[in-house]
Amino acid sequence: MSDPASFSDPWLILLVVVPLLAAPVCVLLRSAGGAWSTATAVSWAVVGIAIKLLITVLDQGQVYYRIGGWDAPWGIEYVLDPVGAVVVVIVAVIGALTMPYAKNSVEKEIRHDRIYLFYAMMLLCLSGLLGITVTGDAFNLFVFLEISSLSSYVLISLGSDRRALTAAFRYLIMGTLGATFYIIGVGLMYQKTGTLNMADLRTIMPAVIDTHTVHAALAFLTVGISLKLALFPLHLWLPNAYTFAPSVVTAFLAATATKVSAYVLLRTIYTIFGEIDLFADFPLKPVLIVMAVAAMFLASLSAIWQQNIKRMMAYSSVAQIGYIVLGFALASEAGLAGGIVHMVNHALMKGTAFFAIGAMVFATGSMTLRDLQGIGRRMPWVTAAFVIAGLGLIGVPLTPGFISKWQLVTAVLELELWPLAALILLSSLLAVIYVWRVFEVAYLRPAPLGHHKPAEVPLSMSMPLWILALATIYAGANATFTLNLAHEAAQQLMGGL
Amino acid sequence: MTEKTLLIVVSKILIPLILLFALYVQFHGDFGPGGGFQAGVIFAVAFILYALIFGIRTARKVIPSAVTRTMLALGVLIYGGTGVATMLMGGEYLDYNVLADTVKGGQHIGIFIVEFGVGLTVSSAMITIFYTFSGHVNAELPFRKGDKP
Repeated sequence: MSDPASFSDPWLILLVVVPLLAAPVCVLLRSAGGAWSTATAVSWAVVGIAIKLLITVLDQGQVYYRIGGWDAPWGIEYVLDPVGAVVVVIVAVIGALTMPYAKNSVEKEIRHDRIYLFYAMMLLCLSGLLGITVTGDAFNLFVFLEISSLSSYVLISLGSDRRALTAAFRYLIMGTLGATFYIIGVGLMYQKTGTLNMADLRTIMPAVIDTHTVHAALAFLTVGISLKLALFPLHLWLPNAYTFAPSVVTAFLAATATKVSAYVLLRTIYTIFGEIDLFADFPLKPVLIVMAVAAMFLASLSAIWQQNIKRMMAYSSVAQIGYIVLGFALASEAGLAGGIVHMVNHALMKGTAFFAIGAMVFATGSMTLRDLQGIGRRMPWVTAAFVIAGLGLIGVPLTPGFISKWQLVTAVLELELWPLAALILLSSLLAVIYVWRVFEVAYLRPAPLGHHKPAEVPLSMSMPLWILALATIYAGANATFTLNLAHEAAQQLMGGL
Repeated sequence: MTEKTLLIVVSKILIPLILLFALYVQFHGDFGPGGGFQAGVIFAVAFILYALIFGIRTARKVIPSAVTRTMLALGVLIYGGTGVATMLMGGEYLDYNVLADTVKGGQHIGIFIVEFGVGLTVSSAMITIFYTFSGHVNAELPFRKGDKP
């Protein structure tokens, strides 16, 4: 920590405060249109701030902010490093694309007099996710975790199907368990170190690592974060939550929330426990790798059997989280870079996929494969965007999924874990099956009787969809930027900040 | 009606005292134990007692849910706005020192305003939760039975 005062970058706090304060403004406005305008304007302002921060971080390495003028480790410190900056940009961009997309979609799926509350919740969730990413304080992270979680429970429960309530309640129970485990872990660490600042924890940790208290803390932290991350077998809340939430919410959460949780895992392993070789001293590596591989296979297998396209993609998310965690667990620079790059790529691909599904649901009112027969002819552009995302999920060359899988396989081969490389490739074949099922239904089956007319979605929905789809194509065709960034970030994490 | 007389008389005596105590906890919070959270809960308790004795319908006339919702949002805005104000005055976010000429004065004003925001939000949140559970849920509140999106 080099003299925090000189680095205090006000944009870092504004990134969180602007959406946080816009949420109560939406509540005060009490009108759907006003809330939507506020949320959209604010989310785009947040993108501006995020990009500004990314440029600063790439230039200076790290950005700090001390809240209330209190120096770390006494006060709350915000820190942003390259990985964090990338996550911030992703969350901000997805948030900003979600708002215009939401306007029409939400009007169809959520009761009119609740729409302004919906936007307030979206802003709170956005602010919480950004807060988790920028904070350098383990307890402050918990606060933002709760802000983002509580708002996402509400967002999921707004789904038009009554089962959304059960799904949200289930997520509430699991999410609260996860958050509680996290805070127990933080409490145990605090008991041993007397600090909550992550950088400070990092320096003190080697002195206390050989105590049962810290071992318990590590266990609680890992399980707690894995619950929020939906790492197999702690993913049971995810499929229902994603299926029954309003389409916009699914797209937003699928593209951001799990990525932010993955980033928390990264922060815990490489910042808080950064001075300790966790993978050598603890059985963390085999545990994470086994879970990751199980997620890749079992979740993909579940995805194959789904009749509901949203649930299929939800299971696919669980599988993709497996790849991300696998990258982290390899504990090599190349593996870490693979995990980070997949975090970015998966956000783009799943954002595209769920935006496309949202458009299909908007036009047809259904999300079962049976009702979506022939959708490729009725909604050619929307289905094409979905196919792009689907090819990415498989890992076809020239898609972002290929880049991250290539990076992962390279990392695995570097460590000479041949069976693991085979498993990565085999699990991709499972993705071929479920993406093919959608493809077959969409293009090769005739549309159900009376549903031959082309279906339209408003421009406000197709624009964000295609911006994201084009970003996906670009990230696959020219991966230099994302890969370089991931390598740089991985180097920094491995080498110690 | 007769059996409620006692309750009505006692609560009429108690409610102002509870409200007064809430204000004491609120504004004495910067010198002693207390603060916005505790005060907010105590304030809400006084109102919930009122609602229990005089009926939820009367209570809703006294504080409609539109008011609690406005207060909920205002409290957060007061808290966050204080932080933004300190930034505009040249300090860091929530750096109370810049709010007055002396550090002590600044900290005092800062914590006073911020805790007021907390009190406002907490009391209205408690009342909102009570309204929600009491079943007579306003049409604008979520989770009403049998509603359609």
